[in-house]
Amino acid sequence: MSIRGATAVVGVGESEYYKHGRSPDPEFVLVMKAILAAAADAGVDPRTIDGFVSYANDRNTAMRVSNALGVNELRWATMQWGGGGAGASGAVQQAAAAVAAGFAETVVVYRGLSQGEFGRFGLMRTRHPNDSLRFAYGMSTPIQKFAARMNRYFYETGLDPATQRAVSMASYFHAQSNPRAVMKGRPLTVEQYEESRWIVEPWRLYDCCQENDGAAALIVTSAARAKDLRQRPAYILGAAMGGGHRSSAYSESVYDSTDFPTAEFKTLAPRLYGMAQVGPEDVDVVQAYENFTGGVVMALIEMGFCTPEEAGEVLTLENLTVPTGRLPLNTSGGNMAEAYIHGLELNVEAVRQIRGQSFNQVEDVEISLVCSGPMVTPASAMILGSEESL
Amino acid sequence: MMLEPQRAGIPVPAVTPFTRPFWDAAKEGRLLYQFFPASGRAQFNPAPIDRVSLSEEFEWRQSAGRGAVYSHSTVWRPQTPAFRTPYAAAIVELEEGYHMISNIVGCDPGDVHVGLRVIVQFERIGDEFVLPYFTPEEDR
Repeated sequence: MSIRGATAVVGVGESEYYKHGRSPDPEFVLVMKAILAAAADAGVDPRTIDGFVSYANDRNTAMRVSNALGVNELRWATMQWGGGGAGASGAVQQAAAAVAAGFAETVVVYRGLSQGEFGRFGLMRTRHPNDSLRFAYGMSTPIQKFAARMNRYFYETGLDPATQRAVSMASYFHAQSNPRAVMKGRPLTVEQYEESRWIVEPWRLYDCCQENDGAAALIVTSAARAKDLRQRPAYILGAAMGGGHRSSAYSESVYDSTDFPTAEFKTLAPRLYGMAQVGPEDVDVVQAYENFTGGVVMALIEMGFCTPEEAGEVLTLENLTVPTGRLPLNTSGGNMAEAYIHGLELNVEAVRQIRGQSFNQVEDVEISLVCSGPMVTPASAMILGSEESL
Repeated sequence: MMLEPQRAGIPVPAVTPFTRPFWDAAKEGRLLYQFFPASGRAQFNPAPIDRVSLSEEFEWRQSAGRGAVYSHSTVWRPQTPAFRTPYAAAIVELEEGYHMISNIVGCDPGDVHVGLRVIVQFERIGDEFVLPYFTPEEDR
């Protein structure tokens, strides 16, 4: 069974994006603004939204959100398991599954973060006894956990750490033409990148995502209904989530992973491309979740865009950016330079690329791919297609 | 620059009935690990079942405390100011066939690399805890 093309993203929206702690609105208000913007974009009455999906333990529950919107009937309310932004595409997958199976008709996927109000997500204040060792040895925050994965990856594959720089440069480059981007007006030079301070080796300041306040939302409905709505539908051709044998290295205190140096996309990539009936060579534009630049490099390799040996040639600023790059990456500026809305802004951007509405529009996009959350399980990814791709 | 063990004030482990034998032994300078006779394998972190045989029968065994660095990272930005930086977070592959996380101490951060031979070194952290660290073997 496949749900290829059975559902579509018909609305996208966001609040204004702010630097960490700068939002004048509380988180819940940011979420409301994003959902109302997505509903208006789609041309659907928000009271007819009957499904609510989020991820990363979003504090703005389906119950609270649906009540605030005056929703007529709540039919679907689910939360994606797993850490951080790895759940973003998985949350869209849940919405697509709910619609395709007839459990709901109009499902909103949303994520709100006000780190000024609630504290930094990445600081990992709360801990389970199972995580004790990681805290005692100072390997508790995401960067502390993932840096050892990256160093092992360099050791096993011979990947050049210098390949990471273009990922950061591409995000900052694209942000300069995106009015929503928090880093618009703050371009990144090679010198700034190279001279920035170490956070956890092999990652410097500019290898890391931002922390922001804001919210984003997408509305998913059936392909049949999508045709009658306001926007050009972005059809969901495929979606997948998961991890390999003994994955969740670190996150669940598994230290003897059988495949430790991985972004966790190896097992889901064949399922994703199989469902979408496309291959990496068909993808016109890629949004890849940047927690840390090296995770993006691993993700691109595992999604089939290059090998570790080819990475130095493929991962150049010219090749990753519009208008001439062959692998346009993170065209809104992404987590690094647009805003860190836990990656959901990447899914929004992937939809805009299908519609032709990006500030860094790639020509004639038929296939638009998102991979969410490298190095976290369940990782997730999705492929959107234009009407021509069906 | 010499990497040193941390001092009191860092987050200490939350001891559960399940992990108490490990921490009690550490106070006596012994490194324990979980061994499952059904599969003949060591497992770390200690878990209620063996991930290979699915057996629940296990015994605590004492490790020789020798191994090699499987991976590592030099941390400059700690989770709390209680940590002195930089420190070398590491995964150590023990000779008994299991991986555990720890920190490498007693050498320069630049000397830590995959494959570095290390040996356990117990360090008292405050009144309640003794944490196993690892240090390059040739220095012993």
